[in-house]
Amino acid sequence: MTPPPSPPSLSVRRLAYAYPDGTQALFGVDLTIGRGERVALLGPNGAGKTTLVMHLNGILTAGHGTVEVAGLPVGKDTLGEIRRRVGLVFQDPDDQLFMPTVREDVAFGPANLGVRGAELEHRVREALERVGLPDVADRPPHHLSFGQRRRVAVATVLAMRPEILVLDEPSSNLDPASRRELAEVLRSLDVTVLMVTHDLPYALELCERSLILSGGVIAADGPTREILADDALLAAHRLELPYGFAVADRPS
Amino acid sequence: MGAGHHHQLYRPGDTVVHRLPPQCKLPAVAAFAVVVVATPRDAFWAFGVYALLLAGVAAAARVPARFVLRRMVVEVPFVVFALALPVIGLGARVEVLGVSLSVEGLWAAWNILAKATLGVVASILLAATTEPRMMLLGARRLRLPQTLVQIAMFMLRYMDVILDEMRRMRVARESRGFAARDVRQLPVLAKSAGALFIRSYERGERVHLAMLSRGYNGSMPIIDDVGASAASWAVAAVLPVAALATAALSWSLS
Repeated sequence: MTPPPSPPSLSVRRLAYAYPDGTQALFGVDLTIGRGERVALLGPNGAGKTTLVMHLNGILTAGHGTVEVAGLPVGKDTLGEIRRRVGLVFQDPDDQLFMPTVREDVAFGPANLGVRGAELEHRVREALERVGLPDVADRPPHHLSFGQRRRVAVATVLAMRPEILVLDEPSSNLDPASRRELAEVLRSLDVTVLMVTHDLPYALELCERSLILSGGVIAADGPTREILADDALLAAHRLELPYGFAVADRPS
Repeated sequence: MGAGHHHQLYRPGDTVVHRLPPQCKLPAVAAFAVVVVATPRDAFWAFGVYALLLAGVAAAARVPARFVLRRMVVEVPFVVFALALPVIGLGARVEVLGVSLSVEGLWAAWNILAKATLGVVASILLAATTEPRMMLLGARRLRLPQTLVQIAMFMLRYMDVILDEMRRMRVARESRGFAARDVRQLPVLAKSAGALFIRSYERGERVHLAMLSRGYNGSMPIIDDVGASAASWAVAAVLPVAALATAALSWSLS
């Protein structure tokens, strides 16, 4: 990869946030993700992962600190463009797929951006091809399998040509085959990916680099393999590899 | 569509009636219903003509009578009400097979039965030839309030999801030995309904977030559009215009 002259895909500086009821969720998060990187954001339940994700496309607005997407700061006046640049894939595909047919659902995002006609058709077809489901366009989402629905959810944001794809627990509830199919799709994409998960093997499989979010701050940042090989680090942040699973520091 | 799944009211086909744009069919059926209701109840022949008109539409759409009859079950509550009217009605009475019936009640029963049946059959034919989502598209083309159309759209999408959730809750209840035998079990069912309501409400919030994330700004973008030519409007108008002519004749005769 050539060193990017352009700004990083995502840059978060000293981000802090407290919920309206006073619960502080983020205590100053700093992270930078370069263009084309695939990064896993690891953390136990309640670490603030989802809160952080909600900041990335301006659904929550920072109490303190800044979020920039490819150089553009998240703010009230930039929301439209920010939401185009950040493709958020939610955990439950039934929340993400709300239109009567897959085609309309994939078209929803780009149509909101003003894309119409043949160009819209093209975007829908292209997005569905990229997730390996070119034939489901006219089906209602609830007639697809769970794994297919998750991939269609990825297609709905790909159709907006995002700068960065943010996935919330992409592997949850998937059977092994769907898990592998999704991994193949994600690996084939040429966009920046931030994957929020506590599925450590999946992070190792897909992401070179990992961050640990714990207690509302970034507690570790490094190559996934090194992080997963550090038992003490994982234990300190309530992260565990599945039974019988060990990661060597260096690939043998 | 090729999916093999269809709404149970819809009967796939490729006839003139199926091909008509939804925004032409909806007002045609509505106008037909209004004309039927406005027809004097003693113009028996006019109702016969209306029935023939609908039979014509059914034939053109290749919707078999059995299909229509099975779906007419929705009318049963009205039928029960209509049948009660002659018994409980006041005023002059006649003896029919030894039962004393109110004349006014009989007229009212006939009026309700005839008009409701024609209206129900017309809407069954509309539903049988128009996919639910096309119906919504038509509603939007007719500039029905956006919010209402969107609510109907979400109902269509999430009905199955919510029914599924309801089924899972029932299975979970029954797995722990619950059986709804009599009134005493009602509180449990009421709480389940409450939980289902809250779950659906929360889902609604999550869906809204997902929509905002993809640039939703209060109005649905028009993705699929179906234009209607003057010819389609003319074809759709055949039913209400023929009905109107019949009604006009019945008014002038009465």
